[in-house]
Amino acid sequence: MVRLITHNILACHVKGCTSNNFPLQLQGVQIELREAEFNPEFLKTFLPKIEWKALVDTAKEARDTSLPLEQPEMLDDEFLKNLHHVLLEIHIEEGTMICPNCKHNYPISNGIPNMLLAEHEVG
Amino acid sequence: MSRPELQAPAEFYYGDTEAKKYTQNTRNQQIQASMTYRALELLNLPTSSPAFLLDIGCGSGLSGEILDDEGYIWTGLDIAPSMLEVALEREVDGDLFLQDIGQGLGFRPGSFDGAISISVLQWLLTAPTSHHTSSPPFRLKKFFTSLHSALKNPSRAVLQFYPSDDDQIQLVTGIARQAGFGGGVVVDYPNSNKARKVFLCLFVGGGMSGGPSSDSQQVPQGLQGDGDELEEEGKVKFEKRRVSTRDRNANGKRKSQKVIDRDWILKKKELYRKRGKESVPRDSKFTGRKRKPTF
Ligand SMILES: C[S@@+](CC[C@H](N)C(=O)[O-])C[C@H]1O[C@@H](n2cnc3c(N)ncnc32)[C@H](O)[C@@H]1O
Repeated sequence: MVRLITHNILACHVKGCTSNNFPLQLQGVQIELREAEFNPEFLKTFLPKIEWKALVDTAKEARDTSLPLEQPEMLDDEFLKNLHHVLLEIHIEEGTMICPNCKHNYPISNGIPNMLLAEHEVG
Repeated sequence: MSRPELQAPAEFYYGDTEAKKYTQNTRNQQIQASMTYRALELLNLPTSSPAFLLDIGCGSGLSGEILDDEGYIWTGLDIAPSMLEVALEREVDGDLFLQDIGQGLGFRPGSFDGAISISVLQWLLTAPTSHHTSSPPFRLKKFFTSLHSALKNPSRAVLQFYPSDDDQIQLVTGIARQAGFGGGVVVDYPNSNKARKVFLCLFVGGGMSGGPSSDSQQVPQGLQGDGDELEEEGKVKFEKRRVSTRDRNANGKRKSQKVIDRDWILKKKELYRKRGKESVPRDSKFTGRKRKPTF
């Protein structure tokens, strides 16, 4: 279960891959939707940490276009509900995450991404 | 028996059989739970807003379930596929990653409001292979540097672990300091062989208590006594904390306590089959039976 909240904070950690290493691109993904309890307080505190463009783009890849291109200043209920859905209810179950810089592949199977590196990639 | 971390690499030590045994042992469940509550206490998170936490070496989710119950949103990392598989079966809410923390973490800076790690760090003190990236100091450095960056400023990380001697404590705290952390070691029940517990209590920035006063940097006190009353006391404390967090998380989620019995397991298995998951073990008369504790 990689939710988009977690995808949004992930970056590539291969040796020497330190710029343009985010967001990991999704390929061949299977998505599952699972309801989660709505918690507006949490969303408000998490909002400043989000890379907005990355989130909007990733949501689009999961066929969700409910988020505005710019982060709004007014946090009304409708916006928070959409944000809640995108961050916490969309789960990536299968597929691959690919680093935009070094092209390292992180496969996701059974909802669990494999972040292990080969010895020569560590450093 | 020698310590687990000296017997085999974690991903082999915690294979299918050990992962199940570890998770089902009720005594172990209690110990891991009470250390998780203690770690949360030492994290000292502001009660007003629900936090986003990292569970380092989350295993089968014994610590994660408590984070769920307490209304936290979390991500867990572990190197043992079998442990993560059990966590999936137990339906914890956190996102799970197959990751070797000694290779460093891949998170954008400032992502987490705090981190806990229960009974994991001793695994970084043995070398898995002879490659230079496998030496304990190298791996500890990768881990602490990337953890420091993944945490927001100010915040804390609390890591309970089993050092084999004081040199190991020195090594670990020294490297954590070099990585930029403040804080230090909290020892609970220092005079009891059985109940003694070591917590590394690390601060990013001021460690987020109070204002800029100097005592905001101070490492919390360890619990005293011999820990004989540990279990009783632990229980009472849970209840108290449960009640107070219940109204605190009025908007947060709330789950009933999980009881792992035959019915529960059958229900979960049914759910997994419905979701099309393969390799769900078949039901047998042994499913969910009581097992004798093995240590
Ligand atoms: C004693 S278990 C604790 C699990 C869980 N925190 C709990 O309280 O039940 C130790 C865990 O550390 C994990 N571990 C050991 N070395 C690790 C590493 N290098 N990276 C990630 N996890 C590791 C093991 O796979 C195992 O699940």
